[in-house]
Amino acid sequence: MKIMNCPLNGPRNISEFVWGGEVREMPDPVACSDREWAEYVFIENNKAGFVREWWCHVPTSFWFIAERNTVTEEIVRTYPAGELFSRRVEFGAKTKDEQR
Amino acid sequence: MRGGINRLPAPFGRAIDRSRPIGITFEERDFDGYAGDSVASVLAADDQWILSRSFKFRRPRGVLTMAGQDANTLVQIGSEPNVLADRRLIEPALAVSAQNYDGSLEVDRGALIQLFGRFLPVGFYYKAFYKGGSWKYWERIIRNRAGLGKVDTYAHHGYFDKQYLFADVAVVGGGPAGLSAALQAAAGGGEVILIDEWPLLGGALNYARIDRDGDKAAALGDRLVDQIRATKNIGVLRDAVCTGWFSDNWLAVIQGNRFYKLRAKSVVLATGSLEQPAVFRNNDLPGVMNGTAAQRLIRLYGIRPGRKAVVAAANEDAYGVTLDLGDAGCAVQAVVDLRRSAGDGAMVRAVRGRGIPILEGHAVIEAIAATGKHGIIAASAARITSEGQTDGRAMTFECDLLCMSTGYSPAGQILHHAGTRFAYDHATNMFAPAVLPPHVFAAGSVNGTYRLEAVLAEGRRAGWAASQDAGCIGASEPQAVTGDRGGEGQTHAWPIFPHKRGSDFVDFDEDLQVKDLVNGIADGYDDIELLKRYSTVGMGPSQGRHSAVAAVRVLARETKTDLSQLSVTTQRPPYMPEKFGHLAGRVFEPERHTAMHHRHHEMGARMMLAGLWYRPAFYGKAEQRDRAIRDEALAVRNNVGLIDVSTLGGLDVRGPDAAEFLNRLYTFAYAKQPVGRSRYVLMCDQSGAIIDDGVACRFLDEHFYVTATTSGVDAVYRLMLQWNAQWRLDIDVANVTAAYAGVNIAGPRSREVLSKICHDVDLSPEAFPYMGVRMGSVAGIPTRLLRVGFVGELGYEIHAPASQGEALWDALMAAGGTAGIRPFGVEAQRVLRLEKGHIIISQDTDGLTHPHEADMAWAIAKNKPYFMGGRSIAIQMKKPLTRKLVGFTVDDHSAPVPEECHLTIRGSEITGRVTSAVRSPALGRTIGLAYVAPDQAVAGQIFDIRIEGGRMIQGRVVPIPFYDPENKRQEM
Repeated sequence: MKIMNCPLNGPRNISEFVWGGEVREMPDPVACSDREWAEYVFIENNKAGFVREWWCHVPTSFWFIAERNTVTEEIVRTYPAGELFSRRVEFGAKTKDEQR
Repeated sequence: MRGGINRLPAPFGRAIDRSRPIGITFEERDFDGYAGDSVASVLAADDQWILSRSFKFRRPRGVLTMAGQDANTLVQIGSEPNVLADRRLIEPALAVSAQNYDGSLEVDRGALIQLFGRFLPVGFYYKAFYKGGSWKYWERIIRNRAGLGKVDTYAHHGYFDKQYLFADVAVVGGGPAGLSAALQAAAGGGEVILIDEWPLLGGALNYARIDRDGDKAAALGDRLVDQIRATKNIGVLRDAVCTGWFSDNWLAVIQGNRFYKLRAKSVVLATGSLEQPAVFRNNDLPGVMNGTAAQRLIRLYGIRPGRKAVVAAANEDAYGVTLDLGDAGCAVQAVVDLRRSAGDGAMVRAVRGRGIPILEGHAVIEAIAATGKHGIIAASAARITSEGQTDGRAMTFECDLLCMSTGYSPAGQILHHAGTRFAYDHATNMFAPAVLPPHVFAAGSVNGTYRLEAVLAEGRRAGWAASQDAGCIGASEPQAVTGDRGGEGQTHAWPIFPHKRGSDFVDFDEDLQVKDLVNGIADGYDDIELLKRYSTVGMGPSQGRHSAVAAVRVLARETKTDLSQLSVTTQRPPYMPEKFGHLAGRVFEPERHTAMHHRHHEMGARMMLAGLWYRPAFYGKAEQRDRAIRDEALAVRNNVGLIDVSTLGGLDVRGPDAAEFLNRLYTFAYAKQPVGRSRYVLMCDQSGAIIDDGVACRFLDEHFYVTATTSGVDAVYRLMLQWNAQWRLDIDVANVTAAYAGVNIAGPRSREVLSKICHDVDLSPEAFPYMGVRMGSVAGIPTRLLRVGFVGELGYEIHAPASQGEALWDALMAAGGTAGIRPFGVEAQRVLRLEKGHIIISQDTDGLTHPHEADMAWAIAKNKPYFMGGRSIAIQMKKPLTRKLVGFTVDDHSAPVPEECHLTIRGSEITGRVTSAVRSPALGRTIGLAYVAPDQAVAGQIFDIRIEGGRMIQGRVVPIPFYDPENKRQEM
């Protein structure tokens, strides 16, 4: 069984983790085309080689990023999501209006 | 003689304890042996050399390796089939029987099949059965004849268990390489686990002869094993088989009925090598065995393997075998050496000194069978003229034992599992590991190293490197291995002498002769993986351990390919058979019980599973199920009922962005939701499909208590955390499902009952209206009170700390005593909710249902810039609906109630399916939910439902809720 290094809990059996999909940028849900949106929702790149993915350590519900090579099955690096996502994400100006 | 007529005196018999005699039976005949004997050795001690019959030709078979590696020794012990007789130790009163015969082991009627052998060519099954339907007829007959052993379906269950082990360095193999590796690894300071297949550590040191006098090996073995015992940080698993290597050095190790899951930082594989049989006519008969098999019999068990012997030789070890046979009282008639010259090694000289003829440049071409092929009576040898060819002028030597010492092959299975590439080396005529994966080390003959000093040095080197790799740096670097590693001269390049009359077996398991492989290659299967599958070479129980190399040699020659271009077939786990008991064994199956679990049992609840949770389905006897459900439902409608809803998911969302967070995850709008109110939540995935629902209770501006479905809460919680890992909103989410017990007290008299024990909350409809939420105490227990109505009556969900759930239940049951409160279960709740037309996610929805199909457009907020699945829902809305979920009733009162997944049909077209249906106790008719075509989804439309047995009944679309359409009762 593979071992994955959880940035919070250290090395653990892979059975303690679930996969959360590729790290991908969401297209602007208002401005993008239907096709762009459909590709975002339904198409996984499923790349052979280096990928960047979401993984979750289930017992502690900790989400992090793992970079691995799907050809060699090597887990290259794992790190907290904060390294990639450091700023608050906003969706349009209407959010504020609606909060009134 | 005590212990058998072939039993030798000590010091022969290192593995047996002569002070502990043990008797067993084989084919109902008694055999006497000693503790430490294997089944095969105790039989050999009394000249029982036939152990089994072969799979296809039913030829008698006997000891080949004594190493627990070949299919010849498979026997049945009680209800356990396919036991390796040369590995299983005897126990008192063991009842052993042979397998694969028809009549008796000695006279097998089925052996006549060999007369028809030429009609069973390679690829027979494929050629005969791949067309037409005859396989169906023949399969039963063939399977009856084939098969190995008998499965006893009434066999007693065994007790199997599992254990986890951790080590810095794991060493597989307890021979000289493994022992020195373990000692050196332990010197680095880490925890070392040494695994060996045999009860006796030491490997070949226990049975091989490395010197003229024959005592050096055992002495060295004893010394090393003493050192291992004295080393505190070496744990030893003896009689334990490492059956597989898996990612990141996770080793499967089986010892008796225990399955160890061993995780090591680094692994040293010192698994040794397997002596390979030579190929000549009748090389499979009892009496023909590997040289090391004879040595194991002599030195481990103290058994003389024969009276007169011939040794087929191609290396120095053959002369060690010859000397051992002489010491054991077996007269060696001749050594037939494939090599042009036997050289003048110490042991060769000793053999010459004993006056034993050595035929250099000769090959054994045939073993002459005894009557009934029960053994051999002589061996024929002839001068080699070219590779695989002799001059045919046979010299015949009388003998009952023929030992084969013509070469080895690495026992590289575990290295293969780890991804090691093997390459053929023309200098040694063997495959050897070419590239080792990270954190894996190899030492000893598996790595092509045979000279003892080099083996020990390589073991030390590997042990040191492995401990360094594991981060243990306490030892100094041992010397690198220098000089000759001894791999050359061990293995002959072509120990294969096909015979024109056949029976020159390459694969004993599958009765494959040289010509079968040659024909298979001629048929076009000229790749080793194809040849394997076509001819079945290497597919028997011994998995090619003694046939793979010979097969690839034949392939190379037939296809005129250099061996270095070829490889043996892929080896996959398990290296040895694992029982289902090992793999299944006991598993961790968690059950979740609510705080009121015992109360439900006391009240006679029939429990059902909801995810991992146990919930009351209904209360009462199983045979009165329908009656109980009806009465429980009516109690809620007309009086008051109490249900345990602790399994409902609960998520506390706190923080300044809590409302914004819910806005993004759920379809409704939450920013303006007042404190003290709850609001429905509906969650869709990014494709717009409904995945969960519940309510969001706003207790404070910055605190929502969000419920989720029993089976959905864990996924919802995980989803929330994943999204906020990206959004970075100022919130915190806690999954408090297990922290809270919950009940729903429902029915027209629920307020009356609750008011008896809840004094700090104004329960009047004005002060605490429908969809209101409050914090307050019930019977002195701090609770969260939710006026929500899944069942459509006046009711209160009361959530309390789980530790006080039982007390809450008791207090409500007591307070409701005079009102006649009745507990109700999940079944009644399903009826009640259906009467109200409420959907259950994943029962009334599937993986594609979007909100408009389920008529839930009302739960989607307009004017939100984003919510999960929102864009997809908008896209779907631009397309016409393909189906719609509707309420229906069945006007024909005599028609049966349709069941879930009964199809709705129009003409020849399936328009949808029933998702829920019951006979409503309150309405006295059948009601249900079903998907129908959009144009059918109009009140009054009639549609067909195909029920059990293909019968059609008519459903009529009606508006929902079915019961109390104005929702007055829940808002009282």
